[in-house]
Amino acid sequence: MANSNSKDGSDLEDFGIEYASAIESTSLVTIKDKYGLFIDGEFVSSSSGKSFETLDPSTENSLSVVTEASSEDVDRAVRAARASYEKYWKKMPGTDRARYLFRIARHLQERAREFAVLETLDGGKPIKESRDVDLPLAAAHFFYHAGWADKLEYAFPQRKLEPHGVVGQIIPWNFPLLMAAWKLAPALACGNTVVLKPAETTPLTALLLAEVIRDVDLPPGVINIVTGAGATGSAIVEHPEVNKLAFTGSTEVGKLIQRSAVKRNLPLTLELGGKAPHVIFEDAALDQAIEGVINGIFFNQGHVCCAGSRLLVQESIADNFIDRLQKRIELLRVGNPLDKNTDIGAINSKAQLERIDQLVKAGIEEGAEVFKPSCSLPENGYWYPPTVLTGVQQSHRVAREEIFGPVLVVQTFRTPEEALEKANNTPYGLSAGIWTEKGSLIHWMAERLRAGVIWANTFNKFDPASPFGGYKESGFGREGGMQGLGAYLKNSGGRS
Amino acid sequence: MAGKIPIAKTYKLFIDGAFPRSESGRTFSVNNSEGELIANVSQASRKDFREAVRAARSAQSPWASRTAYNRGQILYRVAEMLESRKPEFLELLKSIGVNNRVATREIEDSIQRLVWYAGWSDKYSQLLGSVNPVSGPYFNFTVPEPTGVVGIIAPTEPAMLGFISRIAPAIVSGNTVVVVSEAQSSLTSVTIAEVLVTSDVPAGVVNILTGDQTDLLPWMVGHLDVNAVDISGISPKTDLTHLEEVASNVKRVVSRSVDEESLELISDFLEMKTVWHPIGR
Repeated sequence: MANSNSKDGSDLEDFGIEYASAIESTSLVTIKDKYGLFIDGEFVSSSSGKSFETLDPSTENSLSVVTEASSEDVDRAVRAARASYEKYWKKMPGTDRARYLFRIARHLQERAREFAVLETLDGGKPIKESRDVDLPLAAAHFFYHAGWADKLEYAFPQRKLEPHGVVGQIIPWNFPLLMAAWKLAPALACGNTVVLKPAETTPLTALLLAEVIRDVDLPPGVINIVTGAGATGSAIVEHPEVNKLAFTGSTEVGKLIQRSAVKRNLPLTLELGGKAPHVIFEDAALDQAIEGVINGIFFNQGHVCCAGSRLLVQESIADNFIDRLQKRIELLRVGNPLDKNTDIGAINSKAQLERIDQLVKAGIEEGAEVFKPSCSLPENGYWYPPTVLTGVQQSHRVAREEIFGPVLVVQTFRTPEEALEKANNTPYGLSAGIWTEKGSLIHWMAERLRAGVIWANTFNKFDPASPFGGYKESGFGREGGMQGLGAYLKNSGGRS
Repeated sequence: MAGKIPIAKTYKLFIDGAFPRSESGRTFSVNNSEGELIANVSQASRKDFREAVRAARSAQSPWASRTAYNRGQILYRVAEMLESRKPEFLELLKSIGVNNRVATREIEDSIQRLVWYAGWSDKYSQLLGSVNPVSGPYFNFTVPEPTGVVGIIAPTEPAMLGFISRIAPAIVSGNTVVVVSEAQSSLTSVTIAEVLVTSDVPAGVVNILTGDQTDLLPWMVGHLDVNAVDISGISPKTDLTHLEEVASNVKRVVSRSVDEESLELISDFLEMKTVWHPIGR
């Protein structure tokens, strides 16, 4: 597949240079024809015998066949997790749990290239992102939480805490391995055992992680991985022997899970959708702000819950800023995710592509002006060009609903008060961005923005030591940092 | 001869610093332990609930913007005002069947609880927040912030200590609250409102709706401008059919023992905000 660059390569041809792709080799990766469920330390088949295909979204070629876990399979996984909790994990000293987590971290580092290529094949994200972001961060999460496993009493002085027991975790398709790491590492560090369900379009790196789990001799049943779609997720949510649930995904599904959990008083953490404002003041360092906005919305094709999807730019610089932004977008490379030069890879699934397309059309119908660069897109696979919508009103669907694609919506403001009003005018509250050279304005905005993560003069930065999570309908609970540990522990009564 | 016939207090709602009757015109009767009528108490409706949320929302940002020191002083002032009205609360608790010894203790504990939380106002942030050692040239810190408007079901027992134990950890950090207080406990709740208005607690920070839990719970859990609910005080007889409506706007749900005193309870009504900024020249 040809990597399509802007204006059919004319930007390079101006300099007499031809584009040369740099395709990452897939030879490191061995994909099996079929994968079982990972239960009690072994790959097993489903009681129902059902399975589904997982595709490379950049080619629509089938990569493998994955087992669909039935509710009986989920029950088997939960029982394995329970038995393992009682037999091994509950009794194991924190120092030993830490050693297993360190081992997992090291194995991920050692096999990072293999994982990165597989992540890109199964999910469509550019190799430079899976290589430089997903994998290093996934390993870092295990490493960070390994250190907590034997120090929990320092994080919660004056409290007697214990693990919940069996934790059910359901993760999305945008950062498949990284989300598994965000979920598994703190759960295990705090002494829980887990039943994890990866998303149906991106199960392969979680299944490769199962191999790592086996290789590091983690006791069987501590981590169980069940593949499947919504029905498999429901079976985890509804299972009476699950003691705590953690979900990352859409606000719509998160609400269904909360409905189910609240009736049973079941501990729950939710990391849901977003519609993050990205606020550019007239005194911002514009070159850096442009790069920040590009990264904010086009990182991982905009399949990012904390994406800076609503650009709020001060009126005095709006025309200039949007002009420069569009010139920069012309230079983005959309195409083969395995090409190390690619900036924007494939849309994760056909369903997601249709949703993006439908919302952008709704935006145009409601009066938005659309900008798309003059790049060509590959014929096969799921693709959407980087897109900017201007002339958008607060009431438009594209200003209110999460698009979860490479689509930036632009609005303007005159005063900081107006910026704040527009920024907070959303049911979501996951993240927000601020660009200004004025320190006091950064703090004034940061204090008033109703969002869990604020990036000032930067965007889309993540770290295991930095708590991540939302306000309002973006969910509750934090992942990462000392503040993320509490979700995986409960009061055992009394004070120490 | 004047003064022989006692003047009974009218127990009304407490919304935005005022004491309105329910717009519904309805009341419910509260009897003493001998079964004699003490008062006809206003019975709050859905519209009253909406008014209370509106007041709480308007008051929230200004209350959160007060300095922690100032919020602490105001909570301490509430304790002072309670102290000066001990005899009144003792009579009230005895009238609803609490014996003298238990009532005396409950009042002392209520005052102490306020003093305890008052002292937390400028401290929890240092214990729950952090500066985070991220791998890169960034200054990264996490600070707790109030969740917003909190709906509270006050426990019917212990009436006074239960009420204070629910509201203090929510308001100390800058949340505002709408409290549902049921049956006999509504008498102490409304009397506490009289303490609050004389303690520099700004109007709308605490709003009290006397009425039936089963009536008011659906409006509380379904209201899209309520950010969190504390259902610790739910009575066993209350209908929980509509509880799942908390998911309509992903409310935080708090359920703990009714008279718990803890830092975790302050934490229940907080959001953690993390801020990143590059370090450079």
